[in-house]
Amino acid sequence: MAATEQTVEQVRAVTEQKYKYGFTTEIESDLAPKGLNEDIVRFISAKKGEPEWLLEWRLQAYRHWLTMEEPTWAMVDFPKIDYQDSHYYSAPKAAKDKPQSLDEVDPELLKTYEKLGIPLKEQAILAGVAGAGDMPAIAVDAVFDSVSVATTFKKKLEEKGIIFCSISEAVREHPELVRKYMGSVVPYSDNYYATLNCAVFTDGSFVYIPKGVRCPMELSTYFRINASNTGQFERTLIIADEGSYVSYLEGCTAPMRDENQLHAAVVELVAMDDATIKYSTVQNWYPGDENGKGGIYNFVTKRGACRGRNSKISWTQVETGSAITWKYPSCILQGDNSVGEFYSVAITNNYQQADTGTKMIHIGKNTRSTIVAKGISAGKAQSTYRGLVRILPKAEGARNHTQCDSLLIGDKCGAHTVPYIESRNRTARVEHEATTAKISEDQLFYCRARGLSQEDAVGLIVNGFCREVLKELPMEFAVEAQKLVAISLEGSVG
Amino acid sequence: MLEIKNLHATVDGKEILKGINLTINPGEVHAIMGPNGSGKSTLSYVLAGRDGYEVTGGSVTFQGKDLLAMEAEERAAEGVFLAFQYPVEIPGVSNTTFLKTALNAVRKHRGLPELDAMQFLKLIRAKAKSLNMNDDMIKRAVNVGFSGGEKKRNDILQMAMLEPGFAILDETDSGLDIDALKLVADGVNSLRGPERSMLVITHYQRLLSYIVPDHVHVLAYGKIVRSGGKELALELEAKGYAEFGSPEAA
Ligand SMILES: Nc1ncnc2c1ncn2[C@@H]1O[C@H](COP(=O)(O)OP(=O)(O)OP(=O)(O)O)[C@@H](O)[C@H]1O
Ligand SMILES: [Mg+2]
Repeated sequence: MAATEQTVEQVRAVTEQKYKYGFTTEIESDLAPKGLNEDIVRFISAKKGEPEWLLEWRLQAYRHWLTMEEPTWAMVDFPKIDYQDSHYYSAPKAAKDKPQSLDEVDPELLKTYEKLGIPLKEQAILAGVAGAGDMPAIAVDAVFDSVSVATTFKKKLEEKGIIFCSISEAVREHPELVRKYMGSVVPYSDNYYATLNCAVFTDGSFVYIPKGVRCPMELSTYFRINASNTGQFERTLIIADEGSYVSYLEGCTAPMRDENQLHAAVVELVAMDDATIKYSTVQNWYPGDENGKGGIYNFVTKRGACRGRNSKISWTQVETGSAITWKYPSCILQGDNSVGEFYSVAITNNYQQADTGTKMIHIGKNTRSTIVAKGISAGKAQSTYRGLVRILPKAEGARNHTQCDSLLIGDKCGAHTVPYIESRNRTARVEHEATTAKISEDQLFYCRARGLSQEDAVGLIVNGFCREVLKELPMEFAVEAQKLVAISLEGSVG
Repeated sequence: MLEIKNLHATVDGKEILKGINLTINPGEVHAIMGPNGSGKSTLSYVLAGRDGYEVTGGSVTFQGKDLLAMEAEERAAEGVFLAFQYPVEIPGVSNTTFLKTALNAVRKHRGLPELDAMQFLKLIRAKAKSLNMNDDMIKRAVNVGFSGGEKKRNDILQMAMLEPGFAILDETDSGLDIDALKLVADGVNSLRGPERSMLVITHYQRLLSYIVPDHVHVLAYGKIVRSGGKELALELEAKGYAEFGSPEAA
């Protein structure tokens, strides 16, 4: 059954709740003092029991960050961030040492994830407990504020040689892999927010898929910001060795708070010969209220390196949350015949701002990239697609196709398309198509004349508009995403 | 069933309907004919509740209720159906998704249980088959890439699924080939019953030889200027609308 069918039904069920993930969890946390300096960097590193080389790397990044300026080229507008007014480390107290099994996880935390609909109950699923049976088999790494609180299905994955754990654990257990690859895709000096992340990152997920292994289940990280005045700086590192395959999902929510909270993550992907990484995000950070108060600043650097021949990295993102989104998941297509894909839906409502897109850097021969970006703006929101396609001289036969569609709901919002195309090889072919449309009165009336409410009609039409992208999501996520698409536009028409 | 009294309506400040009176009893089929631009589609939009069509006077009662007080979707749920002169495309939304959402919304309003996926598929397959529409067509996005005639048939499929008490067919025959016309007419006739009424807007007598009306009206320049039995359609086909004057005269 097409998931859209369920969408509208589910939307109806949650109509009253504007942002249903807005609750906070009462839990004692271990908090670093506010502010940012070398001591805080050392504090974080010590908390994590990190080796010397990592502390040095962090400090190097921190010192570089001090010399950098916040970027201003994005089409977003926000008051200057006071980086000294935030906590850079917050951990649920009970989780000082990461629990060895789910039984040891603080029940309050488990409840939180249950409320969020995140399946952490692997025993229940494995044992076939009633009610758990229809849950999809997804291995989850749950990150609460600064630390990873639980990783499920580890044993099962280990049998295949797959490593799926928190990045802190990876630093301890697999330092050679972390040291080799961390910072190899996004160097510590890359950009203001990524450099800050290098200095103060707290946790995140680590994945290694060995040669020739097809990961038997979806891997997923669930990020949750709970504490107030806390930034979240997680890092994710995924390495797919020769001939391997992995599909990875990322979801995020945060409580409703009046202040703006910073989320500056870094994600690095590495795909070797014939390897494929599929990375999907459903981002639903708190967007702020209808007057633009509060909300998450989502300033994220995501980049994948197709190092090997015939490798493939595919990004799919559904961005509905955050007050401001600044995000350009990119692919460096180094290996010959490698493939990069970017499928994006960005929805902005009320006072949300999104400047998002991708970079496709074609280095190897016959490299191909596909970009499908759908931007939907409602209320007073501003949405920008910013994309770079760069073809380097050796990229014989490189090809790119970009399709960029904007949909406007109402007349106070804006949509902008900023494509940069640089081709330095004559045999390359780059195509760019862009459209902008308003949600059509004809379509709305047609739906309503068949009995659909205005909101259901908007949900249906917008889901149709995003279909090309949503169909790229793994099944379990597609339903959730379609619901989100409809919910995030509630009240935008009429 | 439906009682329209002295209905006036404007579009963008321009008066299009200038006092329509029409009573349709349960089980009756009425046909409306009239020159281009006389207000036939406007009347159908006003009855279906389209935004931007402002009623400036008069009343419409449907099954004892004030139709004009209802939102478009409420009218649909209460059993008013409009087959569009120009059915609309909705990219990315499959016919089945669209219709299932619509049908369940309407059923909910009518106090009927919602259909699950299996029940729904069975129903739509049966109805589509009788309109000679294949599985591929019901899976495709709503009206996207459909030929003119296919779009019209698709609207009739929607009507067959929603089982309205009162259906307005706005030039459903235009664009249909001869075989499709018969199929559509059969579909419409199968919905006729003592409790269902219809308003059929057409330019051609041919449709009316398949869907035989109880009454025929001429709408010219915003008013119903003549009413009669089914033979009126034949007379109009022979003589045209000259005797009803020109826009200036109205
Ligand atoms: N938005 C509008 N602004 C101004 N005039 C309009 C608008 N919409 C419709 N009209 C006018 O209203 C009149 C009636 O239009 P309507 O579509 O109801 O005619 P019709 O009887 O259905 O004609 P046809 O047989 O060609 O379908 C026409 O003169 C049309 O130009
Ligand atoms: Mg018309």
